[in-house]
Formats: sequence, C-alpha cells, structure tokens
Amino acid sequence: MNDMTKIERALEMKDMKISAKNVQVYYGDTHAIKDVSVEIEDKTVTAFIGPSGCGKSTFLRCLNRMNDTIDICRVEGDILLDGEDIYDKRVDPVQLRAKVGMVFQKPNPFPKSIYDNIAYGPRIHGLARNKAELDEIVEKSLRRGAIWDEVKDRLHAPGTGLSGGQQQRLCIARAVATEPEVLLMDEPCSALDPIATAQVEELIDELRQSYSVVIVTHSMQQAARVSQKTAFFHLGNLVEYDDTTKIFTNPEDPRTESYITGRIG
Amino acid sequence: MSAFWLLMIILALAAVGFILGRSRAISSVQGDRRQLHSLPNYYGFNVAMLAFVPAVLVLGAWVIIQPMMISSQVSTHIPAALYEDAGQLNLIMSDVKRVAEGLDVAIAQGVMTADEVSQLDTETTDVRAVLGNVGVALGSDVDPSVLKAAQEMRAKTTSGNLFMTIVVLIAAAAGFVMAFMQTHGDFRARNAVEGGVKALLIAAASIAILTTIGIVLSLIFNTISFFGMFPASDFLFGLTWSPEGRGGSEHLGILPLLWGTIYISIVALLVAVPIGLFAAVYLSEYASRTTRAFAKPLLEVLAGIPTIVYGLFALTVVGPLLVNFFGADGLGWMQGARSVMTAGLVMGIMLIPFVSSLSDDIINAVPQAMRDGSYGLGATQSETVKQVVLPAALPGIVGAILLAASRAIGETMIVVMGAGAAARLDLNPFEAMTTVTAKIVSQLTGDSDFASPEALVAFALGMTLFLLTLGLNVLALYIVRKYREQYE
Amino acid sequence: MSDASLQNGPEMGAPTTKSSILQLDQRTKKRNAAEARFRAYGIAAIAVGLVFLVVLISSIIFKGVGAFQQSFITLDVELLESKLDKSGERDIEKIKKVTTFGYSPLIENALKAAMEEAGIENPFAKGKDLRKMLSSGAAADLRRFVIANPDRIGDTVQFRLLASSRVDGYLKGRVTRESLARDKNLTPVHLDVVDQLKDAGVVAKSFNLGFITGADASESRPEQAGIGVSMLGSLYMMLVVLACALPIGVAASIYLEEFAPQNWITDLIEVNISNLAAVPSIVFGILGLAVFIQFAHLPQSAPLVGGLVLTLMTLPTIIISTRASLKSVPPSIREAALGVGASKMQTVFHHVLPLAMPGILTGTIIGLAQALGETAPLLLIGMVGYIASNYPGGIIEGFMSPNSAMPAQIYEWAKRADPAYYERAWGGIIILLVFLMTMNIIAIILRRRFERRW
Repeated sequence: MNDMTKIERALEMKDMKISAKNVQVYYGDTHAIKDVSVEIEDKTVTAFIGPSGCGKSTFLRCLNRMNDTIDICRVEGDILLDGEDIYDKRVDPVQLRAKVGMVFQKPNPFPKSIYDNIAYGPRIHGLARNKAELDEIVEKSLRRGAIWDEVKDRLHAPGTGLSGGQQQRLCIARAVATEPEVLLMDEPCSALDPIATAQVEELIDELRQSYSVVIVTHSMQQAARVSQKTAFFHLGNLVEYDDTTKIFTNPEDPRTESYITGRIG
Repeated sequence: MSAFWLLMIILALAAVGFILGRSRAISSVQGDRRQLHSLPNYYGFNVAMLAFVPAVLVLGAWVIIQPMMISSQVSTHIPAALYEDAGQLNLIMSDVKRVAEGLDVAIAQGVMTADEVSQLDTETTDVRAVLGNVGVALGSDVDPSVLKAAQEMRAKTTSGNLFMTIVVLIAAAAGFVMAFMQTHGDFRARNAVEGGVKALLIAAASIAILTTIGIVLSLIFNTISFFGMFPASDFLFGLTWSPEGRGGSEHLGILPLLWGTIYISIVALLVAVPIGLFAAVYLSEYASRTTRAFAKPLLEVLAGIPTIVYGLFALTVVGPLLVNFFGADGLGWMQGARSVMTAGLVMGIMLIPFVSSLSDDIINAVPQAMRDGSYGLGATQSETVKQVVLPAALPGIVGAILLAASRAIGETMIVVMGAGAAARLDLNPFEAMTTVTAKIVSQLTGDSDFASPEALVAFALGMTLFLLTLGLNVLALYIVRKYREQYE
Repeated sequence: MSDASLQNGPEMGAPTTKSSILQLDQRTKKRNAAEARFRAYGIAAIAVGLVFLVVLISSIIFKGVGAFQQSFITLDVELLESKLDKSGERDIEKIKKVTTFGYSPLIENALKAAMEEAGIENPFAKGKDLRKMLSSGAAADLRRFVIANPDRIGDTVQFRLLASSRVDGYLKGRVTRESLARDKNLTPVHLDVVDQLKDAGVVAKSFNLGFITGADASESRPEQAGIGVSMLGSLYMMLVVLACALPIGVAASIYLEEFAPQNWITDLIEVNISNLAAVPSIVFGILGLAVFIQFAHLPQSAPLVGGLVLTLMTLPTIIISTRASLKSVPPSIREAALGVGASKMQTVFHHVLPLAMPGILTGTIIGLAQALGETAPLLLIGMVGYIASNYPGGIIEGFMSPNSAMPAQIYEWAKRADPAYYERAWGGIIILLVFLMTMNIIAIILRRRFERRW
C-alpha cells in the first residue's frame, strides 16, 4: 500500500453514523444475534450479507427498534445513533423511526393514493405547515425516489395499482419523505424483476449522497454493485466487516470466502 | 294397508334383497371373492337400494298428493250455497275431514260396520251423537252435504290406498328383480351404490335451496292473497297501523313499523359499533396474549346468551332503570318501561360481540406488512390503526356492520318484550314503538283466522323483512368476500 | 410546482436542525398523549362490554335464584272420615267424588290448630280469609294424597303445603305491606300472622323441587308453576333437530366440500347457505307455520314441528362448521387413500369423515345450543299460548301432542301480569343457561381433546 492510497483513504473516512457494541438479540430462548459490534458510516451504503436465518434482518430491525413490535424479542448491548443510545429509556421509538427510515422486503404501499402514501409520514410528523409545503415535499420525495415522471399525472390513483418495481420505489420515496438520516432496506429487491432491481439499485446509489443506507441482501452481486462496506453474518455472528472490495476479493475469514465462492449458503 | 306397514314391508324386502344379492354375487363366481368387481356387500346394497328407494319415493309422493287431490275433488261437490269465499270453504272442508276421521274411528271401535257407514244418513241418524260416543266431538250438527262429502272422501281414500299399496309393491318388486338380475361378478356394484349415495348427498345439499324456496313461496302466496284483500299501496305507504278497526276502518300501513324497526336498529348500532369496534381494535392490536385469551371469550359469552334472556333483561331491568332517570320522577320523557331506548340499548349489548369478533377477524386479515410500513415511518400504534389498518379494513368492517344491522332488523324477542306494542311515527327515543317483527308475532298469535287480512298482513310484513335482511346480507357478504380476496 | 421552486426549498436529506433523540419534542409528546387516549378508549370499550356481562349475569342470578326456593306451610291435617268418606266403605269411586271444596275445611282446621298451638290470635272472622295464605292448589295436593292412600282416612297426617304466592313473595321480600294496599288477594293483617307463624316454624322456605320437575300452572297460581314439562318438550325438539340436522348437514357438507363440481348450481347453493344463516329466525317461524301447519297439517304446538323448524334454522350453522372441519383435513390424506386404489366415496367415508368427526360434533353441539335457546319461531307455531300442564303420555305423544319448550315457557311467564311469574321466568333462564353452558363446555372439551394440528 503506497502513500497515495493512504491519503485517499483518509479523505474517504467519514463520520460514524451508527455504532453498535456487543449487541445480543434473543427471541424467547433463541439467541439470534451473538455479540455483534459494527460501525456504520454516514453517506455510505453498507450491505449485510449472509445465508438465510443468519440474523442480518434481525440486526437491521434493531437499528430502528422495529423489533419492539415483537413481544418475545429482547435486545442487549448498545446501539448509538450519533452518539446517543437508541435503547435509552428516554427514547421514543416513534421519534427514532422518523430519523431511521425503513424499506421492506415486499413493497407495502398503503391502500391509499400515491400522494397520500408519500404524505403519510410528513403528516404524522407534522413536517408541513400547509398544503403547498406538503405538495412540495411529496414532489421532492417522488423525485428522490426516481418515480416522479412515472406517476406525476396520477398522484391520486391508488398506490397499490403500480407495478412491483414502481411500488418499491414508491415505498423508498415514502421513507425519504420523513427526512430520515439513515435508511434501512430489508432485501428491497428480492420481490422485483431484474429491470426493476436495476432501477432500485441505481436509486440506492443516488441516495448515498444524502443518507447513510444500510441494505440487507441475499445477492452477493447486488452487495458488490451498490455497497461500499459489507458485513458478513453467519449463524448470528458478525464474521467479517470491511470494505466491499476487500470482502469480495480478499476475505480474511475462511467462512466468508466459502460463502462468497458459493460453498455455504 | 297403511303407509306405515307398507314401509315396513319395503324395508323387509330390502333386507332380504341385501342377503340374496350378496349371496348371488358370491355364487356367481363360485365363491371366489377375488373374481368380483366389487366387495360382496356392495351387491347386497345395490339390490336393497333399488328395492327400497324407488318404492319409498312413490310412497312418499302418494301420501302427500292423494289427500290434496281427494279434498279438491270432494270440495267441488259442496253446494256453492253453503259458502261465500275460499275461507269458508276451507272451514267446511276441515269439518268434512273431521267427520271422515270420526267415521273411521267408529268403524275401528266396532260401533258401525263399513257398510253402515256408507249408508249413513242425517235424516235417520244423529251423526254428531254417534261420533260423540266414539270420542270425536263436533262443533255443530252435521250438514247432509258434509256427511255426503265425508262418505265420498272415505270411499276415495279407501280406493286410493288400495292403488297405492299395489303401485308401491310393484315398484319395490320391480326394483328388487331388476337389481337381482343384474347381480353378477362383472357387474360394477360399487359404482352403482356410490352413485346412489351421491344422489343422496346431492338431495341433502339441495335442502338448503328447498328451504329458501319454501320461505319465498310461503311468503309470496300469502302476500298475494293479502294484497287481494287489502290494497298494496295502502300497505306500503300507509302512515297508520291500527288493525283493530273492523271492516273499512282498518289501517295496515307498514311505515310506522319500518320506522320503529329502523329507529331501534340505529340505537342498537350506536351502542354496538363503537364499543365493538374499539374492543376489536384493542384486542387485535394492543392486548397481550393473556388479556386476549381472557377478554375475548368473555365478550363472546354475550353472543351465546339466548335472545329471550335479553328480552327479559330489557323488560325487568333496563326498562325500569331508564324510567328512574327519564320517567315521570326524573326528566319526564318516558311513559313506561318499554321504549325504543330500552330495546335499542339491550339489542346493542347483544350485538357487541357480533361486531367485535367480525371486526377482529377483518382487522387480523390486514397484512402485517402494512403495519410494518407505518411503524417504519415512525407512526405510533394509534396512528397506524387509524390511518392505515382501519382504512384498509374499512370495506370488511362496513360488511360486518351491515350484517349487524340485518341482525338488529330481524331481532324479535327483545323488541317484543322491550319496545312496546304501539305503532308510532315519533322521534322521541323514550316513546314505546313497535317493529315489523313484533307485529308479525302479534298478528299470527292472535285469535284471528288465517284467511283474514289481519293475519295475512303478517306474511306481507315477513316478506318485507325477508327482502330487507336478504338485501343487507347479500351486500355484506359480497363486500366481505371482495375484501378477503384483496388480501389473499 | 416547478423545478425552480424546488431548489429554493430546504435541502432534502440534510436536516437543518439536528435534534437529539433523547429529548421528546413537543409534537411527539402530543402524539403520545393521543396514543394513550386511543388505548384508553379500547380498554374502556372492553370494560363496558364486560360490565354489561356482569350486570346481565348478576341480574339473572339475583332475580332467578328465588324460584328455586319456595315457602311451605307445614300442617298436621286430620283427614276426617266424616268429610272424606261418609259411607266409611273406603270405596275409591266415592272418595273421588269429594271435590277439593271438601278438603278446604280440613286445611282450615289444621291451620287454626297450628295457630292456636303457637299462641297466635286468629284475626279473621271468615275461614276463607285465613286460607288465602295457602296456595289454592293445596287442597288438590291433599285430595291426591287421599286418593292414593285411602286407608289413611281418619288419621292425622303431616303435610308440607305450598304457601300462596303473596306469602312466598313476602318472605322473599318481593311483597311488602305497602304493595298489598291495592291487592285483593292478601291484606297486611295476613302478613302479621305470617310473621308469627314464621317465628313458630310453621312457615318456612325450602328448596323447590317442584319448579324443576313440575308442570305449568294457571295464571293465578304462580307458586305451583314448574318448568319440567316444557323441559321435556325442549328435549323432544332437540331429538328431532339432532336426528334431522346432523345427517342432512353432514351429507350436504360432504357433497359441497368433496364432490360438488365448480359450477353455478354449486355457487347458488353456497350463497344460499350463507344467506340462510343470516335470515332472521322469525322468518323460519313463518315458514314452519305456512308449510308444516297450514300445508302439511301437522299438529300445532307439537315438538315435532318445533324441531323441524329449528332443524331448518340450524342446518346452515352445522353445514358451515362441518365444511370447515372437512376442509381442515389435509389433502395428503385423500391422496394417500386414492393412491391405494380407494374410490372417492371410500376415501371420504373411511378417512376424511372420521378425522373430521370431532369438529363436526363440536359444530353440531353449538348448533343445538343455539336451537335450544331460540324463541321467536316457536311463537308462530303456537308453542307459547299453550299451557304445558301435563306430561305427555308416551314417546309418540311426546313428539306429536302440543307442548311448550323452555324458552317459550319463559316468555309465557314473562307475559303474565303477576310479578311472581317474573321470578319464575328468571329461574327458568337459569335452568336454560345451565343447559347451554353444559353443552358449550362439552363442545370445548371435545375440541380440546380431539383437536388435531396438521
């Protein structure tokens, strides 16, 4: 490694957005996440990869306390967002989730119009003072979701009437509309066809300008295409976490290598 | 021979047929059962089935049709001078039947021989006294033409029964012989028997259709004869209900009854829908597993309590309680214990579990992904329920409310006991009013005979009720079905 | 909205104010308050529902238990030969000729004697007034005893005779001196006597077996009315329902679930069944009246007719639950049977039906419970006007001769003017609910015991 690259790397060093230390998650008696520590950078796409049931989605859902909605789930350890513990007693998960938005595996537009789908978050969080502002937020969000051109003529048509890829981009736009700082994406492309997947991946790359994006994915190619950092989970453990290029070209852990080369999965 | 003994004979024939058919099948393959197409029992059942079923069908049809045909034939012989309308003819015909039955009893007790009976004459014998002696009491002396008709009825019944016996026995024997001749090792007995069983299953399934047809026909015929005596427009648009008035002064307008029905239903729904809906939301979205396991069955107990209990509850508990507050000693709005409020309140209590368990099912059908989407955006639970879950479940909930409304409209005991008997077009909910169902009961349990408009109006009311609830049900079931398809 | 205005807006994704998640902002506090309110509404709704249940159950119990207790007056009655058998021949026919009027003086004498013994002054000039404390059926009880035991004539026998319903009501707190002011059946003076008799132990309340086993009585003798006969009427009706609804319901469900082709006729039947399940019960009463009574001339008020009407009413319920339990048998069972060469019919009857049986029975019991409590259709086929005062003679008579049924009997009592009958009606409800509860518990046990998770 020469000096030049060192300088480049130093320039690329960014703020830590989320830092998790010694996180343990239990589902009833099952120990689902075992002692995971990870630092997630701002304005970066971080990918979580690993075989099914390895805990990557569970860990992702800890980052905005979505696991609170499951009765039997218990989280231990510290997860800091900008240095503040999100599991602190004083934290209202509702306020947290406004900052840490989430996009789900299956597109889940509400059975409302496209406009109302986007406006839902801003409305509940009171982000718009009047109708004009709300209109503005909706348009901006749809543009950010790269779907504005496709739906601008039918904002009041039901969101459920869109195609799968459009629905997912609508859901991303919906998540963006609350002005989050972090976007969590739980296998956002697994229910989409290749063309829609390409569109969403392109969108994720653009979102990196403004947000810290964490994406759980099944597909290693996708992780390689969209992410700068990659974490490999296996059986509830974080096996390896490093730059994406490093993970895919020169993994340190033999398990990572086996997974990437298709021997476990 | 009576139908009962005929039935016994056919049964015996079928039993014999089973044994013979079975053994014939076995002997046709020299006792090697493996050569048979079907198990030996199937051959037996096949013979029994063919001997029994056609004969019983003939027997059943005959038993139902013969009395109708005979009485219509005999009634043509009743002199027209004796009656003015169909209702009187009916009364005379029931006298004829009674005399005919009495004569049968007399023969059975050995008071008279069959010949004596057929030569009986009102001139020479006091028929009423004779029948009174054998224990058949008649309301009046027997008219000669009635006696003649009764004798004719007896004669026709006797010959009809003879024919019936012959025809039924021929049918049974023919079926027996045919099936018995068929019986051979290659005969597909199992398929034949299963075909028969399947026909039986179809018959059972079509009973549901027959019930509906029965309901519709009995309502239609009686409604038509009601409209023959009473103008339909007065019934449908009349503002007064007072059947007590005789002759031309009677008013049978349905509007006050419909108003009472709808008013009480609205009060009931105002009680049941908010409570039921909030209970359902709490149980499905908030309650812990233990709370749910405890509260849900308890609420559903309310649904298992018979309506008569609610009726008595309205009459003796809720009514007097309301009178304490709103009666003469309190606000002075209420005259007696029976009122729209009494019935509506109690009916509302009854409907709470109905609304809550239907809505609970529907809310649970909303996919979890919807809720996750909303939580992921930072919505609170109540915001999620109000702005995502309930709007998504709305069609289903509307369907549930329509079903509850149809229940409320058709409810009888609570309104009979809690709402009062006076038909009124009034807005005061503490006034006694009456409903369609309550009037059906009072018109059909009174002393008036079935042929009078006062009784027949009940069928027209029933028709209205049936159409109203059917419309609501069809609409509700359609909405709920569409709703479920959306999320499947 | 133009792109120009867009650029003037705050930059997206880079919130201008960094807020700490450790501090609740004003809006979140408000939203959390709304959340708490909403939650409270839910709890309130459930609480209101449960309060209704508690009020309902407790008023049933408070108002109904009285019916299981009855006031009796214990008297030593001298069965005078001079009154009951003047000839002294003990000829049963002659003894039968003595009507209840002949027995009344005996009771009167016994009551006077009992009062004298207890040192109670008789305030009444006429013996008739004194007798008002006893049920008018008491003399009939006495007569029945004498006819059954003619040899006891001349002896002094101890009888527990029913007190009149007003006396009973006084002991239960229903009748007060004020309420008797407008009552011609009893005067406050009687109550003074009753108080003293109670102290002397002549009048006492005890368990009322007659209410459970007895027959209905006329309107003026609520103390004698019992629910036994109508219970039997209900039993016969349930037998009819069970015998008709179970086989027809199961057969119909098997056809619809296993054999029916997907066509419009099947659709029609299915829509029909779900609609029939929601048709008001009174409409079934109209059907029963028109078809079974007017058209088929079956006897009015007979349990057979009631049973048939209730069969038609419960059939949809049974069909719906039976189909659900047939559906819950996994297709793999059917495939396994078909795979070894069983015919479709054999598959259904040998494998699917036995596996679905517990569910079918549970549904049937619940349907029966629903039918047992149903009143409205019975009103129209004449089961309410009928006074069920005699037990049916035999089984055929039990089905064919007029009778009442439990809910109809309760309604009949609730209609009567005497408030003593309200107590009977609530008592009847307790018995009815005990039956319903038992049936539901059996259904729950069946479900727990045999429920199979595939």
